Amino acid sequence: MKHTLVALVENQPGVLQRVANLFSRRGFNIESLTVGHTETDRISRMTIVVDGATTQVEQVIKQLYKLIDVIRVSDVSEDRTVDRELALIKVHCASAASRLEISNLADVFRGRVVDVATDAVIVEVTGTDDKIDSLLGMLRPYGIKEMVRTGMISMVRGAQITARGSEARMLEAAG
Amino acid sequence: MQRLTGAQILCESLIKEGVDTIFGMPGGAIIPLYDTLFQYPFRHILCRHEQGASHMADGYARITGTVGVCLGTSGPGATNLVTGIATAMMDSVPMVAITGQVPTYMIGKDAFQETDTTGITMPITKHNYLVMDVKDLARVIKEAFHIARTGRPGPVLIDIPKDVTTNTAIYEYPAKVNLPGFKPKMQGHSKQIRQAARMIEQAKKPLIIAGHGIILSGAYAELRAFAEKTQVPVLTTLLGISGFPETHPLYLGWPGMHGMYYANMAISHTDCLIAVGMRMDDRVTGRLNAFAPHAQIIHIDIDPAELGKNVRTAVPIVGDAKNVLEALLEEVKPGHHPEWMQTLSQWRIEHPSLALPVKPETMSSPWIVRELYHATEGKAVLVTDVGQAQMWAAQHYFFERPNTHITSGGLGPMGYALPAAIGVQLGKPEEEVWCVTGDGGFQMTLEELSVLAEEKLPVKIALFNNSYLGMVRQWQQLFYDRRYSGVKMWNPDFVKLGEAYSIPTIRVSHVDGVRAAFEWARAVEGPAMIEFVVDAEENVFPMVPPGASLQETIESADEVAPKMQQVAVAAGSDKGGV
Repeated sequence: MKHTLVALVENQPGVLQRVANLFSRRGFNIESLTVGHTETDRISRMTIVVDGATTQVEQVIKQLYKLIDVIRVSDVSEDRTVDRELALIKVHCASAASRLEISNLADVFRGRVVDVATDAVIVEVTGTDDKIDSLLGMLRPYGIKEMVRTGMISMVRGAQITARGSEARMLEAAG
Repeated sequence: MQRLTGAQILCESLIKEGVDTIFGMPGGAIIPLYDTLFQYPFRHILCRHEQGASHMADGYARITGTVGVCLGTSGPGATNLVTGIATAMMDSVPMVAITGQVPTYMIGKDAFQETDTTGITMPITKHNYLVMDVKDLARVIKEAFHIARTGRPGPVLIDIPKDVTTNTAIYEYPAKVNLPGFKPKMQGHSKQIRQAARMIEQAKKPLIIAGHGIILSGAYAELRAFAEKTQVPVLTTLLGISGFPETHPLYLGWPGMHGMYYANMAISHTDCLIAVGMRMDDRVTGRLNAFAPHAQIIHIDIDPAELGKNVRTAVPIVGDAKNVLEALLEEVKPGHHPEWMQTLSQWRIEHPSLALPVKPETMSSPWIVRELYHATEGKAVLVTDVGQAQMWAAQHYFFERPNTHITSGGLGPMGYALPAAIGVQLGKPEEEVWCVTGDGGFQMTLEELSVLAEEKLPVKIALFNNSYLGMVRQWQQLFYDRRYSGVKMWNPDFVKLGEAYSIPTIRVSHVDGVRAAFEWARAVEGPAMIEFVVDAEENVFPMVPPGASLQETIESADEVAPKMQQVAVAAGSDKGGV
């Protein structure tokens, strides 16, 4: 089973290196890792997807906690979450007809064509990784020239705040 | 508030942290720091190689329980420190390593003596810092010492570019740290402590295994009181040795690869294993799937990541060993296990493991260690190297007093003993310190003999010379059909070597001379060295072959071949162990 971990980390130089280093040294497999800013200046947020079959998730969480810059880690796999990933897919497209088909396919997945050239288009799509995989399957017959995916980000639904512990609040209060 | 240079801020802050001794060596990037350092009342010990500095700081930290400080320049200074930092990491030793770095504006340009020190030391430090702004320096030092000594201790490295040591800032040492991601849990959870107490009360064959955590948290009295109240026998790990008096009736030795037969049997038969302040190292557990097969395991450790990492745990308790034992002692009812004790003493009688002849015919290393025990009445501090001599010292010297056995367990760096012994002696000048080493390990850091002579430290060196890398030779003999590859040592004349360093040195080649040699060394004021020319092919037994379980402990070379066949069948050919 895939596990989605949300980690709040101090926005320090080298923090990504520490996390990546930890995963490679301990032999944990990362499926995807994203990192970005949060609502608080000093804190960044990482979303890490690991495969529970090949990696002991509990051990990953405990090891992450040993990093001084890691403030809080939550396994949100069991929570009701909004999961999103963005993909840009450059598809081969030699004719006006196929351009239209691709555009229609993108519509079905609530994606859109964001760039058009004589023999290629770029499709942008946002959603869960399943949804992106499905669109990708539909586009494959046209010929995929290039693709990039951001990796998943995840947020718990409702008023509950994801991975928000007393430490993070304290940090916020301390400015 | 005054405006100070980075170097002054560092020195002022070290004083605030109670540092009085620093082990290091200067170089280009830290000349400004040394220019300031000597104006402060530190005792600076000039190592002859930075590996020596980091092992010295390690020995100093282990014996005093304070944070050891070592210092090196950028590039090679930093890379030379690495072995000692990794040693401290594996054995949870509080240390702050300070390295010089090229100036900030040259970082990333492959400057002379530039290396990515924080990158290199990231996996072997508890935390590390590259200080790019002098304004951050005081805070970083405060945090580094706090992290090094709090919770599970470990090394922290601070990398300081040259211009940061010369730039100035308003100096104010922070009163406290603000580290939201670092809040070690010191007290055990009361529900789990109650659960553990009930489990211990119901056990028929309970057993304690106590690790380095006892020594690091100073839980000697608590461990002893707990064992006596519950009447549970006590094993230690290699690093736990001297955490419990070895002549105590409840002491059962130590288990693992070269542990006592009866200790390994006790683990294999116990129904309740109380593991305190230890991390289930493979040298302790043997083959994991056969470790403590009948036991419910109560695992107490300050590092949550150690619980459940290698073995299944029935009751995990996160907390400081001293606090948790104190709470358990209060909670648990007195116990009594006469049948179990009877079984254990039967194993001890049938397989004594540590029995030695009164006097052997040849230069037997274990016997020489036992003579050292008699000569010092078990009161010395032994600092041991890595390999056969380390194992014999741990087996045949009976440690009575807390924290008198100093060795590197996790990393196992040959060359540890001499510099660590120097650190130990500086930390505890009144102690009788013996460096127990072999011809292989000794030659890896013997340059530190200069420090010994220069500082006139009364460290006594017992050098076991078998002209082999003995432990590797033992493996080659037992498991590689005597194919000796790369283990025969050409050695210098160690007596002349000692004399070259102005260290009184004698050679002993016959058992008749052993006792007198120890008396001689003890009478020498200042350092002394004894080279024991020992039996070349003596082996360390008992032994759990690599990949074998603790039940498969062998006690002589004759048992190896049949046992290894069983091990291969049981473990599968791809799981031979290391």
